[in-house]
Amino acid sequence: MAKRQYSFYPGCSSQKGASSSNYLISVQTMCEELEVQLNEIPDWNCCAASIGYAGGGELPRLTLSARNLALSEQHNPGQDVVATCAACWLSTREAQERLHEDQSLLAEANTALAEAGLKLTKEMPIKHMAEVLIEDIGYAELGAKVKRPLAGIKIAGYVGCQTNRPFGIAGESFENPKYLDQLVETLGGDSIPDYEKKVQCCGGALAFSEPEKSQEMVKGIIEAAYDHGADLIVTPCPVCQMNVEVYQDQINQTYGTQFKMPVVYYSTLMAVAYGRSAKDAALNGQVIPAKKLEAIAGK
Amino acid sequence: MGDLNTAMIEKYRNRFLKEVEANVEEGEWVKMCMQCGVCSGSCPLGKFWEHPPQEIFMMIRAGKRDEVLSSESVWMCTSCYNCIVRCPRELPITHIMHGLAHYAKRLGLVPKNQPTAKFAQMFWDNLMVKGRVNELKLGLNLYFMNGIGDGVKVALKNQKIGLGMLKSKRMNPLEAVGGHAVKDLKGFHAVLKKAQELEDKRLADHGA
Repeated sequence: MAKRQYSFYPGCSSQKGASSSNYLISVQTMCEELEVQLNEIPDWNCCAASIGYAGGGELPRLTLSARNLALSEQHNPGQDVVATCAACWLSTREAQERLHEDQSLLAEANTALAEAGLKLTKEMPIKHMAEVLIEDIGYAELGAKVKRPLAGIKIAGYVGCQTNRPFGIAGESFENPKYLDQLVETLGGDSIPDYEKKVQCCGGALAFSEPEKSQEMVKGIIEAAYDHGADLIVTPCPVCQMNVEVYQDQINQTYGTQFKMPVVYYSTLMAVAYGRSAKDAALNGQVIPAKKLEAIAGK
Repeated sequence: MGDLNTAMIEKYRNRFLKEVEANVEEGEWVKMCMQCGVCSGSCPLGKFWEHPPQEIFMMIRAGKRDEVLSSESVWMCTSCYNCIVRCPRELPITHIMHGLAHYAKRLGLVPKNQPTAKFAQMFWDNLMVKGRVNELKLGLNLYFMNGIGDGVKVALKNQKIGLGMLKSKRMNPLEAVGGHAVKDLKGFHAVLKKAQELEDKRLADHGA
């Protein structure tokens, strides 16, 4: 019997064969170890992320999230909603706030939902998985599960934007959040609390439409990690992970750098530290291999 | 869309602030800006904005309708939310920029070939087909958004990234046929169609 259960919104990029499918695998492993049961919202849809605004006006965008929340309430009643993707979490939580504040929008959203026999009634808390770990479970319990400490690995905690602003983790500051550093220490690794690029934007969706502008920012994020002697970067966001990991060859070409910095999820670190295999930690999902983690997972 | 633009010009004349307040998402906040400039200094792409947010807000109040709505600037937002959390007046600046960008698109005033405007529209169109994003098709559309010749160049430049994603099983060529979808697609489309109708009605009422 699981200790905790949540209504789970995995999001498009976590699906099989999608860009953060490795994230979902490591999250599932992590949740097994922490006895957290994730009840997927049946038939969830895309949240429109933060780039859906050109085509999607206010009501259609809010309605996307309203449909997910209505399905969650119907199938997983009384459960907090949890998302692993920063954009999914943010869009859903923003939609809930906006619909709460504007009753006419809520009425219109419900008129639209009625077309599929759905209705939004209750308001459950909407959490990022990082909130579940830090606020619901806590460092002590997270640390107690460690079987293979990440000893001797120096890890830059790259929090990024949307897991941090505008909502963030309780008690953390927007300018210098410390929970990722504390999590790294909890897992036996060496954190870099003064990593100055921890909340620098990677460009988000503009990595696709404005690659030069985005890669200039990503360069700074990686460079600062090297300056601090980091072996790898850890992040809670799928867009951060992809943008910082996969363009390193192009950045090297543009700037003459020699970057080869692995970028992993917090759940990757936890799966390894909790003694699970490289496969369960989805280390095979790295475009730039995280060799130091592979060595620990292979023990 | 051109007709809607004409209707809005006729209706609001020189009162662009009123037009923004009535029609742009979170537009009612614009008048609260006190011109401190913290947003402009906090934006990660600040140096690329022809008119940074603070300037956009003053231009709205000064009635610079064309300059604002046809500006590349409103498409520079990465949605990092730095401006939102730092604004001393707590303006939802990120959302206002998205709102202005969307309104410009509705009126047909987006600069030609604005890459983020194109990509953002592609993203929306992509997710509306099956209720979930098809990353493979989105990527291919992105490569070829400026035509075949340019697309081949872009695709070649990004070939290595594609291979890396393929090897790590984070990209699936089979998404080109079928792909992930919501099961109740009929219901999904009916819900979104109704939401769009209600949205269109509100805008049409404002222009009338």
